[in-house]
Amino acid sequence: MEPTTSDDVRSVSAEQFHSSLRGRRLIGNAAVVLFFLSTLVGLATLAALIIDILIDGLPWIDWDFLSTYPSRRPADAGLRSALFGTLWVGGLTALFTFPIGTATAIYLEEYAPRNKLTQLIEVNISNLAGVPSIVYGLLGLAVFVFLLGMGRVIIAGALTLTLLVLPLLIVAGREAIRAVPDSYRQGSLALGATRWQTVRHVILPSALPGILTGTILAMSRAIGEAAPLLAISGLVFVTFTPGHPFERFTVLPIQIFNWVSRPQLDWQHVTAAAIIILLLVLLSMNSIAILLRDRFQRRSEE
Amino acid sequence: MELAKPWRRLIVIGIIAVGIVFLLAACNGDSSVSDSSGDTGLVGTIEIDGSSTVAPISEAVAEEFLAEYPDVRVNVGVSGTGGGFKRFTVGETEISDASRPIKDSEAEIAAENGIEYLELTVALDGLAVMVNTANDFVDCLTIAELNEIWKPNSTVDSWDDVRAGFPSDDLNLYGPDTESGTFDYFTDVVNGDEGVSRSDYVASSDDNVLVRGISGDRNSLGYFGYAYYTENASQLKLVEIDGGNGCIAPSDATVADGSYAPLARPIFIYVDVAKLRAREELKAFVDFYLDNSPTLVPEVGYTALSSYAEEKNRVEDAYTGT
Repeated sequence: MEPTTSDDVRSVSAEQFHSSLRGRRLIGNAAVVLFFLSTLVGLATLAALIIDILIDGLPWIDWDFLSTYPSRRPADAGLRSALFGTLWVGGLTALFTFPIGTATAIYLEEYAPRNKLTQLIEVNISNLAGVPSIVYGLLGLAVFVFLLGMGRVIIAGALTLTLLVLPLLIVAGREAIRAVPDSYRQGSLALGATRWQTVRHVILPSALPGILTGTILAMSRAIGEAAPLLAISGLVFVTFTPGHPFERFTVLPIQIFNWVSRPQLDWQHVTAAAIIILLLVLLSMNSIAILLRDRFQRRSEE
Repeated sequence: MELAKPWRRLIVIGIIAVGIVFLLAACNGDSSVSDSSGDTGLVGTIEIDGSSTVAPISEAVAEEFLAEYPDVRVNVGVSGTGGGFKRFTVGETEISDASRPIKDSEAEIAAENGIEYLELTVALDGLAVMVNTANDFVDCLTIAELNEIWKPNSTVDSWDDVRAGFPSDDLNLYGPDTESGTFDYFTDVVNGDEGVSRSDYVASSDDNVLVRGISGDRNSLGYFGYAYYTENASQLKLVEIDGGNGCIAPSDATVADGSYAPLARPIFIYVDVAKLRAREELKAFVDFYLDNSPTLVPEVGYTALSSYAEEKNRVEDAYTGT
């Protein structure tokens, strides 16, 4: 390289610096605009859908809509049986999924030896999260309904959904446990705590917010599923409120699926109203989990 | 110990939540019992599954039946005609909704399982063939022309392939998907063999999708149930059908008297005879079904039979075992 005077260096670099700064700012701004537009794609679609549903459905929602059974007349149709079915199935699924999923995540992260078998299990769980939900429906139909002889009842639906959403919770739970700093573990063990005490008093409290986030995602998926439960239950017209887990049932997504396929215009409004109720059930279930999460987040930060 | 507290609380919250759920459930169980007057004395559960074409009729009947017999439970599913027979022929359901007669293969399974059944015609359903409202050259098509259009590997892809004199515009087809009883029926009548059809058309099990497709495409031709046409008549142009006796448009009258041949069909319910004899509530339900069909069938968009007397007689015969 030719030696240059210090003056040259200064002038050249200053010029380059100036022009490239402008370019960099431009690129930076362009990126912000691009990211914002990307966000808008999702948000605008969601907003359009929700506004459309609200306009169509809100006038149809009243107490009767929640407390009466389905009817052939759109004006009389209600979703009491579907609403209770969804609460039953959703509640039981949460009850089954949370402990099993958390336990699996703890085992895989904290106890499982690093060998081929563990690797196989891990790969399988990740793959299971991507299996189409109808496959779980058919599995549930074969195993719970027929093989175990439960019949087409709530508990069979809840167990099927548990299988469906377990991989989601396990993956999220493992991420949360992995995010707990290793120094916590080492500190606890150094103080003489056993492995179980470390898991119970150190790992779990700090991982719990992440695990609860995973539960939110898993339950949202479970509540919105129609295909597997259509295979298990298949009912669209139920006129009783299920009282125990061994009764026949229908759920909101199945009821919506049935109503949306009817030709009369009024059914589209009833469908929109049912979708609003489904969203509300989802939001309220999630807000419970979010409340719990915030509680634990504060505590573990104290 | 500080960190253990939230856990204890979570467990307590969990137990309370479960308790509330069961309490609510128990309350509901109680109230549903006390709600019902119970003066009719009939109790039991009747499970109906099968065709989504017939389901609206069964639902309407069930709704009215339950107003009179509140202690009987009637559940209606929509697994499709074939899916319904799968459950009916192993004794899982009491009644199967069907938009076509039972197949030999299905009847064999029923015989193997000792299921004796009674076929009852409950309504008539016409198939409507439709084009876009902007289409001003198609008024009537023959079954032979429909066959040319819909047969497997059909080479018809523009309107002048259908009939000389039609414009050379593209022809875009819309129809029900292969799971549908309507598809089975149309292919049987038009193509001579059930389930045989060209496959390069827009297929949907949702008739609303087909309505939107046909009404939004000026070169469209499609078919689905006449009941769905009447709900969307303003958006579609009905095509008359020449089944050999001149051009006839489907209407309640031409469907009922059989002149809209061959695109009008009967739809059925199948009743398990052994259960019909053994269970009073099922007999009451089937009687109620036939007694109320004349008013309920038109209300959900189908054509009622001119008389249900013959079907009622067959129920009595099956019930008494003659």
